Amino acid sequence: MSLASYGKPASPAVVAVDALGPFAGVAVLVLLMHFVIGPAVGPYYAKILVDIAISIVLAVSLNVVNGFTGQFSIGHAAFMAVGGYTAAAITYFGTVKIWGGLPLVHADPQGWGLFVVGTVAGALVAGLFGLFVGLPSLRLRGDYLALVTLGFGEIVRVLLMQTGSIPDPKVIAEAPLYTLPLKLGGSLGFGGVPTYTNLFWAWLWAGLTLVIVYRLKASTHGRAFLSVREDEIAAEAMGIPTTSVKVRAFVLSAALAGIAGALFAHELGTTLNPKELGFQKSFEVVIMVVLGGMGSLSGAVLAAAVLTVLPEVLREFSEYRMIVYALILILVMLVRPQGLFGIHEVWELPVVRRLLGGRGPK
Amino acid sequence: MALLEVRDLHVHYGAVHALQGISLDVEEGQIVTLIGSNGAGKSTTLRAISGLVRPSSGSIKFAGRHLEGVKAHEIVRMGIAQSPEGRGVFANLTVDDNLEIGAYTRTDRAGVLSDKERVLDLFPRLRERLRQLSGTLSGGEQQMLAIARALLARPKLLLLDEPSLGLAPQIVQTIFAIIRDINKQGTTILLIEQNAHMALGAAHMGYVIEVGQIVLHDEARVLAASDEVRKAYLGVG
Ligand SMILES: Nc1ncnc2c1ncn2[C@@H]1O[C@H](COP(=O)(O)OP(=O)(O)OP(=O)(O)O)[C@@H](O)[C@H]1O
Ligand SMILES: [Mg+2]
Repeated sequence: MSLASYGKPASPAVVAVDALGPFAGVAVLVLLMHFVIGPAVGPYYAKILVDIAISIVLAVSLNVVNGFTGQFSIGHAAFMAVGGYTAAAITYFGTVKIWGGLPLVHADPQGWGLFVVGTVAGALVAGLFGLFVGLPSLRLRGDYLALVTLGFGEIVRVLLMQTGSIPDPKVIAEAPLYTLPLKLGGSLGFGGVPTYTNLFWAWLWAGLTLVIVYRLKASTHGRAFLSVREDEIAAEAMGIPTTSVKVRAFVLSAALAGIAGALFAHELGTTLNPKELGFQKSFEVVIMVVLGGMGSLSGAVLAAAVLTVLPEVLREFSEYRMIVYALILILVMLVRPQGLFGIHEVWELPVVRRLLGGRGPK
Repeated sequence: MALLEVRDLHVHYGAVHALQGISLDVEEGQIVTLIGSNGAGKSTTLRAISGLVRPSSGSIKFAGRHLEGVKAHEIVRMGIAQSPEGRGVFANLTVDDNLEIGAYTRTDRAGVLSDKERVLDLFPRLRERLRQLSGTLSGGEQQMLAIARALLARPKLLLLDEPSLGLAPQIVQTIFAIIRDINKQGTTILLIEQNAHMALGAAHMGYVIEVGQIVLHDEARVLAASDEVRKAYLGVG
C-alpha cells in the first residue's frame, strides 16, 4: 500500500504505468537475458543463470505459504515433481503422438508450443494436488501442514518410482492416452525429455512469478495472507475467511512450483528423477525462504541466487551443503528468526532507505 | 426488538463453565456496557457473539438473524466488528495496512476511503503514523488503531473489549470521548470494561457479570448510583 494510492484516485496514465510497468520490466529482462547476457557469458554460466531462475520461482512460491500466511510446508519439491512430470509427459508423449518418432534432445523449434502447454498443464495439475493436500490439512493447526506435506512428498516420490519404463515410440504411438501416465520411467527417471528450457523461458516464468507474487503482497488478498500469519484469530475477527485464504495461498504456491518443475524437466543436463525431487530439494527451498526472510520477495530472490551459485563455485561446498544448510537454519533461527530481511523488501530496510535518500521506492 | 438479543447463553471451555446462562439486550443506537472483574466471562461473551467460540446452548440474535453456528468472518459481513481483547493489531504491518484489513469485507472503495478519512480525523495520531509498523505504536496508539480498524468495517454494532486497559488516565479520557462520538455518529456499541466508572459514565445501559452470570442490569446512571456497584466496582463505601 503506497501513500500515492491513498486518498485521491491516480490519473489514468499513472494507473497504466503502474499496471503495465512491471510486465514491461519482465520483457526487458527476458530479452536482455536471451539476446545479450546469454551469448556473452557462454553456455556454462547460462545454465547457472537458468538454475537461478528456477530457484527463484521455487523460493518465491514457497514464500507465499511459509512467508505470507505463516504456514510451514516442507514438501515443495513434490509439487515441482508433479508439475515436471506432467509437463514432460506432455512434451515427450505429445511429440511422439503428433510428429511420430522420438523427441530430439535438442527440441524441435516447432515444439515450443507444446512446451508452453506442458508448463501451464504442469502448473494446473500441481495446483490441483495443492488443493487436495491443502484442503484437509489447512483446517488443522499449523504443525499438521508440515507433517502432511512431508508425507505427501514421500508418497509422490515412491509412486513415481513405481511407474513403468518409458515405452518405445511405436508403442507410444499406439497406446491409449490414459495408460501413458503409468509409464514415467520409474526409479531410473524420465529419460530423453526434450530440451526447451533456456534463458528466455526460465526468466520469463521467473519474472512473471515475481510480478504476480509482488502484486499479490501489495493487494487486498495479500494483506489478508499476511494477517493470517500475524494473528489468525484477529484476522478471522476482521472478516477474513482464514481457512480459504490459506488454501488459496497453498494452491497458488503449488501451481508456481509446478512451473519450476516444468522448467527443470526440460533443462539440458538435468534428469527428471524421483530421487532429485525428494525431501533434500524441499529442504533447500525452505532454507532459501528462511534465509531470505519469511515474506520478503527480494530476500528470497537473493537467497535463491546465492544458494544456487555457491555449490557451483565451491565444489567442496557442494558435498557438505546439507550440513551447511542445517547449520545456516539453526543459526538463522537463533540469531535472526525472521530471516535476513524479515517480512520486508530489501529497499524497505532502514539502511537501504538512507542510502536511497530518505525514502525507498514503494 | 433490540439490535442484539442474547438469551440464556452457555459457553464451556472443556470442563470450565465460563458462561452460565447470560441474557442481555443491546438497543440500536445505544452504548451498552458489560462490567465485571477478572475472569467473570466478559471476553467470553464477546467471543461468543462474534463467533470466535461456539456456545454450548442459548441463542444470539442480531437484527433478527441467529448467529449461533455462523462463522466469525461471516458475522463481520453481517455488521458486527470488534476491537478484541489485547487489541490484536497486526504488528508487522503498517497502520495503513491494518486499517485496510479492517475494511476487508467491503467492496465500496470510495466509501472505504472516505471512512478512512473520518477515522483519521477521530484519531489524528494515526494519520501521522500511517506508514509506521503498528507493533511499534505505543499501547494507547495501538488501542486507537484497534478501534479505528473495527470502524472501517462500517459495523452496525461495535464490540469493544477493555479499550482502557493499561492506558494512562488522560488517554482513557480521550478514548472514551471518541467512543461517545462514534456512538453519536450512529454506531451501536457493546463496551466491555473493568473501569466501571468510565464505562457507566459513557453508557446508556449497564450489565454486571459475575462468574458467568448477569447479577445486575439497569440504566447506566442507576447502576452507577447503586450501593452494590459502588462498593464492588467503584471502590466506594
Ligand atoms: N481458552 C480458554 N480455555 C479455558 N478456559 C478459559 C479460556 N478462555 C477463558 N477461560 C476461562 O473462562 C473464564 C472467563 O474468561 P474471560 O476471558 O471471559 O474473562 P474476562 O471477564 O474477560 O476477564 P478479564 O477481565 O480478565 O479479561 C475464566 O475463568 C477463564 O479462565
Ligand atoms: Mg477479558
